[in-house]
Amino acid sequence: MKKTTKKYNQSTPDVISNTGDKWLYSKTVKDHFLHPRNFVTGGTPKFKFNGVGMVGSPACGDMMKIWIYVDPKTERIKKCGWQTFGCASAIASTSMVSVMVTEKSGMPLEKALNISQLDILKRLDGLPNRKIHCSVLGDKALKAAINDYFRRTKQFDRVTNESARIIDKVLKITDKDIEEAVLHGAKTVEEVIERTKAGEGDPTCRPLVEELAHFYIGKYYPCETCASNPAKRDNVK
Amino acid sequence: MKYLKFKPYKTVIYLDNAATTQIDKTVLKAMEPYLTKYYGNAGGMYSLGYIAREAIDHARKTIADYLDCAPSEIIFTSGGTEANNMAITGTARANKTYGNHIITTKIEHPSVLETCKALEKEGFNVTYLNVDKYGVVKLDELENAITSKTILVSVMHGNNEIGTIEPIEEISKIIKSRKNENSLPYFHTDACQTAGSFDLNVNKLGVELMTLNSGKIYGPKGIGALYIKEKTRIQPIIYGGGQEFKKRAGTENVASIVGFGKAFELAQKSLKTDVPRVKKLRDKLLQKLMQNIDKIILNGHPEKRLPNNIHISIYDIEGEAMVLYLDQMNICAGTGSACSSKSLEASHVLQAIGLPHEIIHGSLRLTLGKYTTEQEINYVAETLPKIVNYLRSISPINLNYKP
Repeated sequence: MKKTTKKYNQSTPDVISNTGDKWLYSKTVKDHFLHPRNFVTGGTPKFKFNGVGMVGSPACGDMMKIWIYVDPKTERIKKCGWQTFGCASAIASTSMVSVMVTEKSGMPLEKALNISQLDILKRLDGLPNRKIHCSVLGDKALKAAINDYFRRTKQFDRVTNESARIIDKVLKITDKDIEEAVLHGAKTVEEVIERTKAGEGDPTCRPLVEELAHFYIGKYYPCETCASNPAKRDNVK
Repeated sequence: MKYLKFKPYKTVIYLDNAATTQIDKTVLKAMEPYLTKYYGNAGGMYSLGYIAREAIDHARKTIADYLDCAPSEIIFTSGGTEANNMAITGTARANKTYGNHIITTKIEHPSVLETCKALEKEGFNVTYLNVDKYGVVKLDELENAITSKTILVSVMHGNNEIGTIEPIEEISKIIKSRKNENSLPYFHTDACQTAGSFDLNVNKLGVELMTLNSGKIYGPKGIGALYIKEKTRIQPIIYGGGQEFKKRAGTENVASIVGFGKAFELAQKSLKTDVPRVKKLRDKLLQKLMQNIDKIILNGHPEKRLPNNIHISIYDIEGEAMVLYLDQMNICAGTGSACSSKSLEASHVLQAIGLPHEIIHGSLRLTLGKYTTEQEINYVAETLPKIVNYLRSISPINLNYKP
């Protein structure tokens, strides 16, 4: 790729970082965004596939579809293709997921099921805090594709089901909603409650809401300084 | 694997003139002596001070002449945001014995909306008027909203996102017919976007308060003004040494005021030359984009809009990705997509005109300026469809929305 040089430092404040960097994202994110790997054009992939997963919605601003081919003998992912509607971080993280599962002669399914968004973040050299939720969909789409493979191959007992648990019985707010709120940037119990309204319908669940909020805040933002640096975050863990 | 080939334009194509503009060299030249040679405080009782004072007076008179008002009715501020804050907070606090109701619209700039929200905490009631699908304020709703407690109506002149021009003169007529014995409600308009393309005669517009800004008319950033009609009751929001007729304290930003005055003069002088030229280029670009991209809609009013503004939604792709790809081609543009904002919230203006979220995500704003060339427009008209096709080719969705 030919590097482009700018005549002057541009000002598009919406997408330029505050630190004076010309790019909001890491070099790896930029590379995968501008040169996405393994993407699928024209509806379906050119390779044979045996698992498809799709997550997100256009209204939310992110939607991802992942196709995989799993070698039934070795249970390794041999091929992975994808399509993404979304911002730079969404495109880059799906591209990175496709690389992670297919490199080194393919990732074993059990390992692929355990890919977390922290793993993706680490490989992308981090994302801005408010963009972290964009990488969540990558591993979710992959899990959906693997589940689809299990269903197609009639291994129903292996389908992993991440059903949500209802916390606020009146407003039907689940633990997933609380997790989502944290991923979207709520960093205090108050912010979580403000976004989810959890506890407003059923005040008795308030202690549980606080507990879950603390759990997810601790999980995704172990400390402010390492939030954008997953390598450091792992040390904290 | 086919990547999009990045062949950036030889220079930066700046199509974000609604955000801010490049400084005009004439303006810079006019400012220079006041940054170097004549550095005196305009309050000083010596020649360096008198020179600065004279320069400020001259800039004030220039702007006042174009506005058809008295120089003492122009208050220099640190920009459009401060002027909007002052117009609303200043009149609200000064008139609270007469009423506590403010009317504004859902599509105002954040410096108006956030100020109103803050005043709600001080006990003021605020009505946020709806707009139609083009972003034009609903006049009947406005008329019905006015009560005996209403002290201020604030409606922007031209919208910074979708470019829609609001019917300021008609609104003024409604307000005039409803004024009470205390001359309330006052009418404020935020004209930050229109100084470069409209005649801003305050008597024709019929406003008591008007916000102006220099950084959008090829002047320096960090300087603006508030027109305050004589006898309007208003409190300062910044206190100190009594500058600006005791309405806005702080040592005068002499060089920037001089630059603003010059920029305002140039902008108003070129209404009949630059504006039609820019509008012609805008129309050409818009027409080409509409022709070469399918599933695309124009947001804002088709005719009653800022002459340099294009605001479109392109289906099935996301705005931030589009803007970042455009940047790779040396094209600067903006988007209302939630992904690009710090709060991750979709543009309040696009929500107010009733666009669904999936369409807001694909929004793109291109705002031309007086330095935009025909070659640049041709390049954008050629390049944007390529970016759209590429991002669509990796997008899994196919939307079906009809406006």
